Amino acid sequence: MTSSPHLHRRTLIRRSAAAGLTALPAMAALSACASGGGGSGGGGKQQNAPGEVTERNPFGLTADSGVEVLIFNGGFEDQYARDVGAVFEEHYGSVEHNATEEISARVQARMVSGNPPDMINNSGADMMPLPALLKEGQVADLRPLFDAPSWDDPAVKVRDTLLPGTVESGQYGGQEVYVLNYAFTVYGTWYSRKLLHDTLEEEYPQTWDQMLAVCEKAKKQGIAGWTYAGHHARYLSFTMMPMMAKVGGPEVFDAIDRLEPGAWKQDAVVAVFEAYEEIAAKGYLLPGTPGINHTESQTEWAKNKALFLPCGTWLENESKADIAPDAEIAVGAATGLDSSDALPFGTLYATAGEPFIVPADAAAPRAGMEFLRIMLGRDAARNFTEKVSSLTSVAGAADGLALPPGLTSAQEAVAAAGENIVAPRFREWYPVFFSDVMGVAMGEMMAGDLTAAEALDRIQAGADAVAADDSVEKYL
Amino acid sequence: MDTQVSPVVDPPTPASRGGPGARPPAVSRVALAAALLLPPRLTPESVRYDRRYRTVDRYRFVCWFLAPPLLIYTVLVIWPFLQAFFYAMTDWTGFGGEFSMVWSGNFSRMWRDDAFWDALANSLVLLVLAPVITLALGLFFAYMLNAGGRHRRSESVGGVRGAAFYKIVYFLPQVLSVAIIAIVWARVFSPRSGLVNTGLEAVGLGSLAQDNWLGGSWARWVILLVLCWSFVGFYVVLFSAAMAAVPRDIYEAALLDGAGRAATFFRVTFPLTWDTVRTGWIYMGIQALDAFALVIVMVPRGGFDVLPTYLYLKAFREGQAGYATAVGVVLFLITLVFTLVMMRVGRRDRIEF
Repeated sequence: MTSSPHLHRRTLIRRSAAAGLTALPAMAALSACASGGGGSGGGGKQQNAPGEVTERNPFGLTADSGVEVLIFNGGFEDQYARDVGAVFEEHYGSVEHNATEEISARVQARMVSGNPPDMINNSGADMMPLPALLKEGQVADLRPLFDAPSWDDPAVKVRDTLLPGTVESGQYGGQEVYVLNYAFTVYGTWYSRKLLHDTLEEEYPQTWDQMLAVCEKAKKQGIAGWTYAGHHARYLSFTMMPMMAKVGGPEVFDAIDRLEPGAWKQDAVVAVFEAYEEIAAKGYLLPGTPGINHTESQTEWAKNKALFLPCGTWLENESKADIAPDAEIAVGAATGLDSSDALPFGTLYATAGEPFIVPADAAAPRAGMEFLRIMLGRDAARNFTEKVSSLTSVAGAADGLALPPGLTSAQEAVAAAGENIVAPRFREWYPVFFSDVMGVAMGEMMAGDLTAAEALDRIQAGADAVAADDSVEKYL
Repeated sequence: MDTQVSPVVDPPTPASRGGPGARPPAVSRVALAAALLLPPRLTPESVRYDRRYRTVDRYRFVCWFLAPPLLIYTVLVIWPFLQAFFYAMTDWTGFGGEFSMVWSGNFSRMWRDDAFWDALANSLVLLVLAPVITLALGLFFAYMLNAGGRHRRSESVGGVRGAAFYKIVYFLPQVLSVAIIAIVWARVFSPRSGLVNTGLEAVGLGSLAQDNWLGGSWARWVILLVLCWSFVGFYVVLFSAAMAAVPRDIYEAALLDGAGRAATFFRVTFPLTWDTVRTGWIYMGIQALDAFALVIVMVPRGGFDVLPTYLYLKAFREGQAGYATAVGVVLFLITLVFTLVMMRVGRRDRIEF
């Protein structure tokens, strides 16, 4: 991007000015850093003398290459990454390991000044918005990683060791893969087997009539049918989206992802919204649900105040203090409407999540990729699953592990779904629309402030506004 | 020290003292200017005995004391302000070094941006209501604590019983971090376990309980309540100090003329503390225009925005730092206009006492 020396100097001045905006006292120091940085988007500097490229060492690192990684210290904490770092250090020199809950606050200024770490676990509430990073050419294409020989068996490429959809989930409209999504998350309707089977003597509902019947029975026993994270009502989409795919087929998501006019007026979408509106209208919702946050909703659910909860596989780890040891929690695939649904029961919303990126301007992007290659090895993946109760995108890595009940049920759900694993993409592509428009409208519908039709009007208008907004990057 | 001692030790010759024909030794302006930077003991005598040196000496003192804070203020406040005006005219994402100029593009986009106008309206509601409520309560409480008590024989005016204790209670929110205040109040308004809903039900007003105090149309009133609650104590203490400075004999005179509590307040206390009230009004207005921490912690996304949270959303979640900076410039101008208006509107003759 910055070929002539003249342009390069201007870039440098801008960068140092930009850095000064965030940290003026350090301005002189930062501009000195920026002067050491190369052009942006060029695939990084090659500070380390490349070692010999072999099957075992596809990125040509040396024994003192070293790497700097920044890990999101959230629900998964950072021990799993320290374990990966220990393996890295055996081969390629020291690991500078940093962990924080606030990714953006920690590295944004360094990204601007062209001096980022070699690998970032860009996750959590304070993650850097990926569309903005892509627009700036700040993220390296990870295809060299996915096409490299895998850590365990050099005859197999990394991409062939992963669950289907993992590589695609890191694509933003083109062939380049910018993100490694490491944790494999299953979304669905969470319930306690003990409460559903033993107390209520019911089976998991497969049609909406059965769902209403189960909720009615629970209500008679003083248990609410549903609760959800009212303040983050987008959680409702974790069960509503797969229901749309089950009712209308996976094509339903195509129109939504492309922000097509009328995408939110498709028959399947309308049917699902009306079905959920009925849950609220019939009083099956835990009172006060619209005003509680995600942890409160999970606590109420774990205390058996409500039967069903839309959530993802992180639930078991996040709420382990509240979930009774004998509750036998499980995740159910989306309940459908009736026998005319396009896809069979078992259709599952599951996708690779927990994004890892390698900054394009990093000092040693290849070392960052090697770190990820070790992480995608079988041992590291099993270690992750054992440490944090979450599946990984590495196919079959968790086989044979003794998993807690919720995760076991998730594994079974993935197996039962077979081909019918679905995931919308607009959630990562247009995150503000997803949470602030769609999520809020879903919540207001459940709170009784909007009808299903009004909620859908609002969402469609929001989608149309995003489609017409030049300041939002479009994908697909 | 040196400047006072040395003339005595080494008095200037009479010729250099002045008088019609006796010009002081020719010391150049440059040398005098250089003396500004030197400590007195290192200043050459020829400069020190110059007639104009006295002025230099005075300004040297002022300059050296003002320079560090001015420098810090310039680097940390003025310079970022200037930069903000520049970045407001760019399409900078905030995540890279590249951007191009869009000039007034961000401002014309703001003009058409409904979400911006909503946030602005919310901020203006807080700007108008929060100072009125907070200052009214602060004045009332301070008056009651200082001059609103029953008449006792020993003194002409006094506070209500336990005034010292109340003062501490009112001030308590000030020592809590605003983040803690926000979290505690969010708990209080939590629909299932919060104090508000359970309290309403306990006294038989369960029908007034809300499912979603913090997310729906109630959110702005809850924020207003917490904002006022957290600042009233500060103004009670501020106004108490101002009222304590009002001479007792004015109160005694008012009493002798038969003024009641209300008349004393409106005719004596309020006019005599007006300067403090006006300062407080400006300060509280700026606090209300901010309200960032309360809103970001208490109100779920999509509930409602004020200008600072909208700015934050655009800058850090959508990667539109240029547009966000433009919003910041508008916020700056609103604050400026508000302050200027308040300074003008409130100007009165100062009453000396």
